[in-house]
Amino acid sequence: MRPFDYHRAETFDDVTSGQIIAGGTNLLDLMKIQVMTPEALVDITRLEGLSAIVPEGDGLRIGALVTNSALAYDPLVRAGWPLLSRAILAGASAQIRNKATTGGNLLQRTRCPYFYDTSQPCNKRTPGAGCAAIGGGGRMLALFGTSDHCLAAHPSDMAVALTALGAEVEIHGANGTRRVPLQDLYVPPADRPDRETILETGDLITAVILPAPKSGSRQGYRKVRDRASYAFALVSVAGAVTMEGGTITDVSLAFGSVAPKPWTIPEVEQMLLGQPASDDLFRRAADLLAPDPAPHPETEYKRALLRRTFVATMRQLTGLADTTGTDIARAEA
Amino acid sequence: MKTYLSVNAKSYAVEHDPRRTLLDTLRDDLGLPGTKKGCDHGQCGACTILLNGERVNACLCLTAMHDGDEITTIEGIGSPELLSELQKAFVEKDGYQCGFCTPGQIMSATALLQEIANGAPSYVSDDLDSAALTDAEIAERMSGNLCRCSAYPLIREAIAMAAEGKE
Ligand SMILES: Cc1cc2nc3c(=O)[nH]c(=O)nc-3n(C[C@H](O)[C@H](O)[C@H](O)COP(=O)(O)OP(=O)(O)OC[C@H]3O[C@@H](n4cnc5c(N)ncnc54)[C@H](O)[C@@H]3O)c2cc1C
Ligand code: SF4
Ligand code: FES
Ligand code: FES
Repeated sequence: MRPFDYHRAETFDDVTSGQIIAGGTNLLDLMKIQVMTPEALVDITRLEGLSAIVPEGDGLRIGALVTNSALAYDPLVRAGWPLLSRAILAGASAQIRNKATTGGNLLQRTRCPYFYDTSQPCNKRTPGAGCAAIGGGGRMLALFGTSDHCLAAHPSDMAVALTALGAEVEIHGANGTRRVPLQDLYVPPADRPDRETILETGDLITAVILPAPKSGSRQGYRKVRDRASYAFALVSVAGAVTMEGGTITDVSLAFGSVAPKPWTIPEVEQMLLGQPASDDLFRRAADLLAPDPAPHPETEYKRALLRRTFVATMRQLTGLADTTGTDIARAEA
Repeated sequence: MKTYLSVNAKSYAVEHDPRRTLLDTLRDDLGLPGTKKGCDHGQCGACTILLNGERVNACLCLTAMHDGDEITTIEGIGSPELLSELQKAFVEKDGYQCGFCTPGQIMSATALLQEIANGAPSYVSDDLDSAALTDAEIAERMSGNLCRCSAYPLIREAIAMAAEGKE
C-alpha cells in the first residue's frame, strides 16, 4: 500500500478530507495492489445515524453503514423483501458480508481482470491508456451499456435486487441532501469509464430507501456462477412478480453482471404485463435480452445463459415451475 | 499512530503505521501467530477472527479503524489443556491435513454455530426463517474458508459433531 493520511469523520461534512472507507473490503484490496492510491482515507464507520434499518411509511430506510449480513438477516427484509436477503446471501462469504456495508456494496469496482493488473492498459484505471480487454480475454465482461472505451460489468448482487425493488439512494453533499433512483446513481462509461457514478467529492451516501413491497408478489434471485458458492455472478436475474388468476399484473426485473450497472429492460416488462404466464411468452420476451453480437467474443455465451436464466426465473416466479428459492439455480446451471 | 484493542480479553495499546492491517498487528506486533496469512486479499479465510463477536477477514481490516474493538483469535478460544468443543472435534475427526487453514476454519465455524443459534439463514436455506444444520448448509456457510489440502469432508464432519455436542 502507498502511504496515506488517516482521518476519522465526525460529521457528514468531514468526508471532503479524502477517499471514503467503510467496510474496506473492496478499497483495501485495491489499495494493496495499488490500483487505488488515495493520499488520504476518511473513515466513516463512526458516523452516527447510518447503521439502522427503520420503517419509512410502508417502506424501509437502510442506513449506508448497515452491514450486508445485518441487512440480509433483518426480519422486516426477510418478510417483505426476501429477494434482497437472497441476493445478498448469494454474494461473497459470511466473513465479507459481516464487514461490507450497504453504501460500499453499491460502489464496489468492477472485477475485470485487467483493471486489477497494473501492467495492462485500462481506461478505468488510467483514462486514455487504452483497454486491454478489447482484443484480450473477457468472459466476465458486460453485454449491455458498454462503450468503445470500456466493456466492464458491475459485479454486485445486492444492487441488482435493490434495482428490481425500485430502491432510491439518499446522498448528502455540499448542497444538502438529495434522493435519486438507484438506476441514476451510475453513469454510462462513455469515454471516461473511470467516472462511475454521479457522486462528487464530498458526497456521502447516507441511506438506501426501499418502497413498500407489492403485496402478494413472488420474489426471487437467480445467480449463475463458476462454482456453487463464493464466486461472482456470470449472469443473474432478480424479479418480483404479482399474479391474478394466471395473469401477470405486475412485474419488475433487473439483470446482474451483464452491464456497467444493474441492468433493466423496460420492453421485457411491458411484454409480460397483462399476459397469462406461459413458456411461449417467456421465450419471446427472452429474445429481447440478447444483443447480437455480444460486445466481446468471449461473452457470447452470456447471451444464451441470460436468456435461459431469465426463462427459469420467470417460470419459478409465476408458478410454472413449482420450486422456490435459489437452490434450483444451482441444480440447472 | 496509536490504537487500543482488546484481544482475547487482554487490553493492548499498539503504535503503528496507518497502513497496518489487524492481521499484521496480531501476528507481528502482538505475537499471536495463530491467525494465518494465506492470500491477504479476503479470498481464503485463513485470517478469520471474531471482531466484536462476528467473523471477519483480519487481512481486510485496518487496525486504525478498530480502536476500542474486541477481538478473539484462535489463541483465545481454548488452550492445549482445555480445547473448545470445535477444537476437540477437529482433532477427533482429523479435520485437517497440513493444518495451515485450520485456525481460520475453527474461528469461522465458531461463528457459524452462533449464527445458526441466532436463526440466520444462508443462500441454501429453503426458508429464510429456518436454519437447519445440514451438510449442504455447513458447506455453504463455510465457503469463505478454503483448504488447499481439501480436507473439506472431515471439516464438515467435525463441525456437525461439535454442533451435536452443543444441542
Ligand atoms: C473475495 C471477495 C468475494 C466477493 N464476492 C462478491 C459477490 O459474490 N457478490 C458481491 O456482490 N460482492 C462480492 N464481493 C464484494 C463485496 O460485496 C464488496 O467488497 C463490499 O460490498 C464493499 O463494501 P465495503 O463497505 O467494504 O466498501 P469499501 O471497500 O469500504 O468501499 C468501496 C467504495 O465505496 C466508497 N464508499 C463506501 N461507503 C460509501 C458511502 N457511504 N458514501 C460514499 N462512498 C462510499 C469507497 O470510497 C470505495 O470507493 C466480494 C469481495 C471479495 C473480497
Ligand atoms: S474493460 Fe474497462 S475495466 Fe476492463 S480493461 Fe477495459 S477499460 Fe479497464
Ligand atoms: S489472508 Fe485474509 S482471507 Fe486470505
Ligand atoms: S489442512 Fe492444509 S490447507 Fe487446510
